[in-house]
Amino acid sequence: MSALQKMMGWVDDRFPLTATYKAHLSEYYAPKNFNFWYFFGSLALLVLVLQIVTGIFLTMNYKPDAELAFASVEYIMRDVDWGWLIRYMHSTGASMFFVVVYLHMFRGLMYGSYRKPRELIWIFGVMIYLALMAEAFLGYLLPWGQMSYWGAQVIVNLFAAVPFIGEDLSIWIRGDYVIGDATLNRFFAFHVIALPLVLLGLVVVHLVALHEVGSNNPDGVEIKKHKDPVTHIPLDGIPFHPYYTVKDIVGVIVFLMVFSAILFFAPEMGGYFLEAANFVPADPLQTPQHIAPLWYFTPFYAILRAVPPLFGSQFPGVVAMGMSIVLMFFLPWLDRSKVKSIRYRGPIYKIALALFIISFVGLGYLGLLPSTPVATLVAQVFSVIYFLFFLLMPWYTSIDKTKPEPERVTG
Amino acid sequence: MKRLKNFLLLLAAAPVLAFAAGATVHLDKAPVNLADQDSLQRGARMFVNYCLNCHSASAMRYARLQDIGLTEDQIKDNLMFAAEKPGELMKVGMTKAEAKAWFGATPPDLSVIARSRGADWLYTYLRSFYRDDTRATGWNNTVFDKVGMPHVMWSLQGEQVAHYKTVVDHEGKETHAFDRFELVKPGTVTLAEYDAQVGDLVNYLVWMGEPAQLQRKKLGVIVLLFLGVFFVVAYYLKKEFWKDIH
Repeated sequence: MSALQKMMGWVDDRFPLTATYKAHLSEYYAPKNFNFWYFFGSLALLVLVLQIVTGIFLTMNYKPDAELAFASVEYIMRDVDWGWLIRYMHSTGASMFFVVVYLHMFRGLMYGSYRKPRELIWIFGVMIYLALMAEAFLGYLLPWGQMSYWGAQVIVNLFAAVPFIGEDLSIWIRGDYVIGDATLNRFFAFHVIALPLVLLGLVVVHLVALHEVGSNNPDGVEIKKHKDPVTHIPLDGIPFHPYYTVKDIVGVIVFLMVFSAILFFAPEMGGYFLEAANFVPADPLQTPQHIAPLWYFTPFYAILRAVPPLFGSQFPGVVAMGMSIVLMFFLPWLDRSKVKSIRYRGPIYKIALALFIISFVGLGYLGLLPSTPVATLVAQVFSVIYFLFFLLMPWYTSIDKTKPEPERVTG
Repeated sequence: MKRLKNFLLLLAAAPVLAFAAGATVHLDKAPVNLADQDSLQRGARMFVNYCLNCHSASAMRYARLQDIGLTEDQIKDNLMFAAEKPGELMKVGMTKAEAKAWFGATPPDLSVIARSRGADWLYTYLRSFYRDDTRATGWNNTVFDKVGMPHVMWSLQGEQVAHYKTVVDHEGKETHAFDRFELVKPGTVTLAEYDAQVGDLVNYLVWMGEPAQLQRKKLGVIVLLFLGVFFVVAYYLKKEFWKDIH
C-alpha cells in the first residue's frame, strides 16, 4: 500500500472523502445524450464562483458610504492594480449570470426537467433565481450612480403600495424616508454576506436533490429504468467524471471567450450591462428622465406597468409581478402531459412554449422603453399570454397529442 | 442545430430593435481615436486650459497623463496650474456653493462625463453654443437648452447665432425647428480648426473616462488568443475521451 493510499485510508476512516468523490463525480451516472443546453448548469456554478471571488476583492477597496461610494468605484477603476479587470469581471458576471440562468431555465422547460421526480430540484432552482434577483438588485445600488439610486427608489416604493402597512414597510426597508446612507449600508451587508450565504445553501440543496434522483436528458426518459443486471449501472449512463468534466471544459472555454469579448471590448455592452446614466453620481434632487431597470428585470417591470392602478394604487401591478414568479413554483403540478421532453410533445405545447418565450422576451424589450399607450397595450397582451401559459397548462397539456417516448435515450 | 441558430439570431437582433427607439437631437460623429497620442495630448492641454477652472476631474490624477506619452516634467511645467504634486487629483478651487451661486448649477465633475454623455453628444454640444440675449450668460445651446455654462471657447470659435425654420409636422402643426448656425463674429481659428480642437478635447475626455481602456483592449486580444489555443486542446481531449461512447 502506497503512502498516498494509506493517507486516503486514514481520511476515509474519519471523513467520507472517497465516497463523496464517487457519489458526485466518478460514479455519478449522467445520461450520455446531453446536448448544448446542458452546459448552462455548470456554467452557472462557474459564474457564481467568479462573482464571489471578484466580489471579495472589490470589497477590499469599495466604500459603502453615500459620500464615498461613487468615487471609490472610480478609484478601483483607476488606482487599484487590476481593479478595472476585477470590477468589469463582476459587472459582466452579473449580467452573464442571468443569461446563463435564463438559458438553464429554458432547458428545463423544453425537456420537462421539473417533472416528477425532480419537483424539488425545480423549486430550489426557482428559489435560487429569486435570491439571485435580490442579490443583483441590492448590488446595483452600490456604485451609487443615478440609476442605482433611482432604480432602488422605484423598487422600494413598490413595497409602499401594499395597503395599510406599505408606507411604514418602505421606510423600514430603507432605514430613511428616502434612499440614503443607511440604505446603502444595509444593502451592502445583504449583498456581500446574507444573500451569498443563502445562494450557496440553495445551490447545495439544488445539487443534492439532483444527484439523489439523477439528471433528466433531452429525451425525457429515465435512464435508471434500464440498468446492467450485474453492475446496476444505468445502461445509458456515463460517469460524470471524466466524461462530462472534459466536455464541460469545452463549454467553459467557449463561454469564457464570449465573456472576455464583452469584458475586454464592450464592458458596457451598449448600455445594457453598465448604463450610461449610472456614470452620474446619485443625486436625490434630480430625477432622471427615464428610469429603466437592468435588462434582466425588465420582463417583470413590464408586467408591473401593464396592470392599471386600482383606486390610484399600484398594488395590483405589484401583485401581478409577484404572481408571475410565484406561478413558476407550481409548474411541476400544472403540467399534465404524458411525456416530458418537447421532442415527444404535441403541437399545442410547442406553440404555447414559443408564445411564452416571445412574450417573455417581448416584455423584456418593452420594459426597457418609456411607457406609451401602444407599448402598454402590447405589454398587456404579452402579460396575459405569460399568465395563460401557466394557468391553462393543466388543460392544454392533457389534450395535446403526444408521440410515444422511446424506451432508451436516442443519442 | 438549425433551431439553435434561429434562436441565437433572434437574440442577436434584440439590441438592434432597442436602438431603433430614441434619438432626438441630431448628433455629429466625434472623431475619437485613442491611438492618436498627439491628439490626446492636445486634448489634455485644451482640458486643463478651458475646462479645469470650473469643472473638476476628481477621479483623475495628473500623473496618469504619463499614459498618453507625457513626461512628469512636461506635466508639471505645462499642465499643473492648481496642484503641487503629480500624484494629486484634478480638483478645482471653487466650492459647490460658490458654483451654484455663480452659474445657477454646479458644474459637473468631468472624470467620467464621456461615459455618461457619450462622445458624440460632447462633440456636438461644445460646437453648438449660440448668442442668446435672453440668457444671463448671453449664451444658449441647441443641444442643451438654457444651459448654465457660458461659451468658454468663444474666443476660438467666434460668435454664432442660431436660425430657426418653420416646419410642418405629420399632424399639420407648424413648429419651430433649428435650421443652421451663422457665424457673425469670427474667432481666432477657422471653424474647421475649431472642430479639430474640440475633437481633440473630446478624444481626451473619452480616454480620461477610462484610462485603462487601451491596456484593456490589448490584454483582451491576448486572452482571446490563449482561449482559442486552449479550446483546440480541450476539444480534442473531449473527443479522445468520448470516442468509446455511442
